[in-house]
Parts: sequence; structure tokens; C-alpha cells
Amino acid sequence: MAAQDITEIESGVNDVSRLAARGITVGYGARTVIDDLDVAIPPGVITTIIGPNGCGKSTLLRTLSRLLKPARGTVVLDGEDIARLRTRDVAKKLGLLPQTPVAPEGLTVADLVARGRHPHQSWLRQWSSDDAAVVERALAMTGVADLADRPVDALSGGQRQRVWISMTLAQGTDLLLLDEPTTYLDLAHAIDVLDLVDDLHESGCTVMMVLHDLNLATRYSDNLIVMREGSILAQGHPRDVITAELLREAFGLRAKVIDDPVGDRPLIVPIGRTHVEID
Amino acid sequence: MNGTELKPSVAPGVRLGHVSFVWRPWMVCVTLLLAAATFLVFCLSIGVGDFPIGLSRVIATMLGRGEQVDEFVIMDLRMPRALAGLVVGIALGVSGAITQSIARNPLASPDILGITTGASAVAVFGVTVSGGTAAAIVSSVGLSAAALAGGLGTGLLVYFLAWRRGIDGFRLILIGISVSAVMEAITTWLMLTADIRDVARAQAWLIGSLDNRSWNEVWVALWGSLVLLVVVSCVAFQFKPLHFGDEVAAGLGVRYSTVRAVMLLCAVLLAGVAVSAAGPVPFVALVAPQVAMRLVRCPTPPMVASALVGALLLIGSDLLARTALPISLPVGLVTATIGGPFLVYLLVRANLR
Repeated sequence: MAAQDITEIESGVNDVSRLAARGITVGYGARTVIDDLDVAIPPGVITTIIGPNGCGKSTLLRTLSRLLKPARGTVVLDGEDIARLRTRDVAKKLGLLPQTPVAPEGLTVADLVARGRHPHQSWLRQWSSDDAAVVERALAMTGVADLADRPVDALSGGQRQRVWISMTLAQGTDLLLLDEPTTYLDLAHAIDVLDLVDDLHESGCTVMMVLHDLNLATRYSDNLIVMREGSILAQGHPRDVITAELLREAFGLRAKVIDDPVGDRPLIVPIGRTHVEID
Repeated sequence: MNGTELKPSVAPGVRLGHVSFVWRPWMVCVTLLLAAATFLVFCLSIGVGDFPIGLSRVIATMLGRGEQVDEFVIMDLRMPRALAGLVVGIALGVSGAITQSIARNPLASPDILGITTGASAVAVFGVTVSGGTAAAIVSSVGLSAAALAGGLGTGLLVYFLAWRRGIDGFRLILIGISVSAVMEAITTWLMLTADIRDVARAQAWLIGSLDNRSWNEVWVALWGSLVLLVVVSCVAFQFKPLHFGDEVAAGLGVRYSTVRAVMLLCAVLLAGVAVSAAGPVPFVALVAPQVAMRLVRCPTPPMVASALVGALLLIGSDLLARTALPISLPVGLVTATIGGPFLVYLLVRANLR
């Protein structure tokens, strides 16, 4: 695919990918969701998977994060088969935020974020000064340090999501996988969380996430993976990937793609049936 | 970023050589107080009886420096009962803390997950039915062992029926309630069809009691729970992230299905040991972790405090049953009468805040 080649040259991510899937087939029970798929997550950028409901976005993210075991094929993390690594060692390299996690009622923000240190602890070494320092940094970086004493369930949706990202950050990995981090958030809070994700990317993290909102995905990602029915339709920089034809093909959506008036990315304007003035 | 000057209240740590842990003063103080209270009630329970012995003499005798009369009364007559109470209380408290953590629901206690009712059904079967292969098996292994097997079998049945690509707490409880209902129906049916003298014996067993414990029975329960508690404390560290659900735990590098299976097996066995030693003492496993959570101010059931509250509740109830009331009642009646209102009190107090 030409678009992909251009992107690879542009961002210089030709060689090493931190995380890749090779010929994976994944399903639930007898139902196959992903069939023989190859994908590589380029380092140092934000990669976002988009696609219609049920296309296998979350399944791919869950497989790459070893939550799901592929029936065939392998997931490779830093050159090694993820299935052969100890899950604890994977947790030191790869941070994962599942969709809508729930904390026990009354748990404080500081205690939740502190749990992110689990992979670095042991029965005897349950809390060290390193742990305290990393947790304080994670709290500060996600802007929730002031909330440290508050119970997680008393926070707003946006704050709560920041806290969960903070926990993932406390894991101390530079590879973050986020499954729909903006679900149930209003637009302002969604922007807030994605700005935070971009901060993490600026500080050197490789981020891969699943998003529903196409315009947010286009604005915040350097690399888009467009999926349909369990396979990858297109991959590359949003400027190269997002076209009216692709949106029709992937989502069955009639849309106009224009230049974003406030950014250098394309903007998707969906065409419904009402209040539309073009043909 | 702004706001970094504000020191976030991350819990301080304590380090002793290679060992380090989070320092939570409130939790440690309350737990120590609970331990002291448990020890006190344990000694009181030994001292009280037809031949009263003072607290100092009880402690002296336990340290091996008592008089001969005291030693006979305490070690031979009263210690088995007190130890049985201690072990059963601890086992039920820990068992409840585990099942409530796994289901992430305070309703999930061994009483509801079929463990107690399964053990009861088998025990009542052993008491009331004679003749036939099944009855022969029960009488050859003994009532306690048969009850243990019944509890274990029912607990595992509930777990496997509830398993569907992982464990969902709500499903676990629903299936537990259904299976428990079947077991209770079997128990009732056995009682209705049995000989009247057997029914009286079965009834006594079903209420839960510490009467007439022998050293033999206590040793089995003691060693059994000790081994299980060692396993639980080894796995407890890996168990902590399971409070956040399977996926977060997996992301933190925990082999959650193995950890959960080991912990649940321990919970089932602990409840089984307790039931086989004292009968199905109601309510302790449900209420002890909930009371412990509120006393220690911990959002998840704390293991050590739950064990201590369980022991305190059981020994305390037994003491009350033997002293405060005109007739000596089985402990099971008292645990339900004390435990229920106390939990309601804690809940109401939380509402009033």
C-alpha cells in the first residue's frame, strides 16, 4: 500500500517495532473474529485502531496485550514471543488499561495508583522508596496529585480515567495500550484525557489505543489502523488514510473530508439525511 | 506541570532489611487491638465454667506454670472447646474474606456459595440414613470428613457451573443460591423421612455447636486450617490486584485464573474444615469480613482482621451462650443474633455520616 510506505519514510519507523502480530487468528469459542492478521506497532508514536462496531478493534488490542490467546500465530514483544514470556515480565514492559475498569468502593486515588507497582514488587518487597517516588511522579504527571486522598468512586468520569491512566503509568512501562479510554466521557473530558495521552507520547511513550470517535482519532494519532470485519483495511498517517472512499468502505458512512480549520489533520464531516444542504 | 509542590499522600513505607511493606498506622493498631481482644476472650472463655478459674491462672497454666488441678480442667476439659472456637472463627473469617473478594460482592459468603449447605446435607444424610453403600461410606470415614467432602464437592460444583470464560461475581452468587436451595431441600427431605431420634441429633448438628469437642477433632481442624492459612498468606500478595477485576490484574502481570482458583479452593476447604468441626455456624463468614473492613477502614476485606473478627465473634458468642443466658445454647444461635444487628449498626452509622 502506497500510503503506508510514505508514512514509514516520513516517521522513520521502518525497522524495529516494539509490538507486532504475525499471522494471528483470534476468536471467542467457535466464532472467529480475526483471521490471519499481521500488524506492527511503530515505536514512539500514537497508534489508534478505528473501525465499525464488532470489527475486532478491541479483540486486536486485547490479543496484543496477551489478554486473549490467538488460536494461531504469535504476538511479538521486543523480539520475543509474548506467550513464552512470564506475564509478570510482560507487565514490566507493557501497560494496559482495559475498557471501563472498576475500583473497589472507597479506595483512594493514591492506593489505586500504587497498585500499578505490583509487577515490580514481591511478597517480601511490597513497598520501597522507589515505588513511592514513581507513584508520586505518576500522580503529578496525570494531574491528579491533589486528589490523592479522595476515593476513586467520588471523582468525575474524566478524573477517574486520569487516575486509571496514572496507575498504568506507575507500572513504569514506555508502551501503553488503552482500550477506549474516552468511553462514557463528554467531549471536553475526552479531549482532556487525549491531551494527557499526547503528553505521555511527548515524554517518550509508545501508545496504542482503540477509539470510537473518528475525528478525535484523526487529531490525536500519528498512525491509524482502520479495521473492518477482522482485517486491516488501511494503515498509516491520518492525512494519507482518511478519505471519503475509505470511510464509505470501512463504515458504510457517507462523509466529506475537509481540512481541519484549527489543525493540520483532516476533518470528517458525516453526511446524514437531515439538515444537510449538499446533494 | 503545576501542583507538583503539593506533596501527594502516598502511603509511607517501612523497610526491615530486604522486607518492605506499606505503613498504615490505623490498620496496624486496630488489628493489634483485635488480636488482644481475641486473646482476652479466649482466656475468659477458658476460665468460665462450673469451676471458675481467674485470668492470671489461665495464662499461667497455658504457659505451663499452673497448678495441677487447673491444668487438668484447662488442658483436658476446656482447651479443646476454646481452640475449636478459635480455629473455626478464623477459618470462617478468612473464607468469607476470600469469597467476598473474588465475587466482589459482600453477599458471597460460604453460606451462600453452597459450601455450608452441601456439608450439612451430607452430614444429615450420615446421621439419618443407615444401610446402603453411601451410608456405609459416610460412617466409615466419619461424619466430619463426610461433611468436609460434601462442602468441597458442592463448592466446586458451584464454581464450575458459574465458570464462563472467567468468573462473574453475580453469576457465582445466583448459582450458589440455586445449588444451596437444592441442598437445603435434600436436607429437609432427609429430616422429614428420618427416625425421630436421628432427627434430634441432626438438628443439633445443623445449628452449629462447640459442645463436646475432643482433642482429636480439634487437632484435625487445627492442622488443616494451619496448612490452608499458610497457603493463603503465600498467595495473598498475588491476590490483591484481583480486586480490580480480571483484566486489570492480567495487565499487572498476575496469572489471575490460577491465583483465583487456588484462593477459592482454600476458601472452600477452610469453610469445610470449620463446618466439619462445629457444624454450619451461620453468619460468621458473611459478617466478619464486613465488620473487619469497617473497623480497619479498608475498601477490601482485610484477611488478618477478618480472621480475628471471626474468632472474636465465635468465641464471644460461645462465651455469651454459656454464661449470660439461663440455659446453655448452641453457639450458632448467638452468632446470628449478635452478628446481624452489629452489621446493621455499622451500615446505619455509615449512612448517618
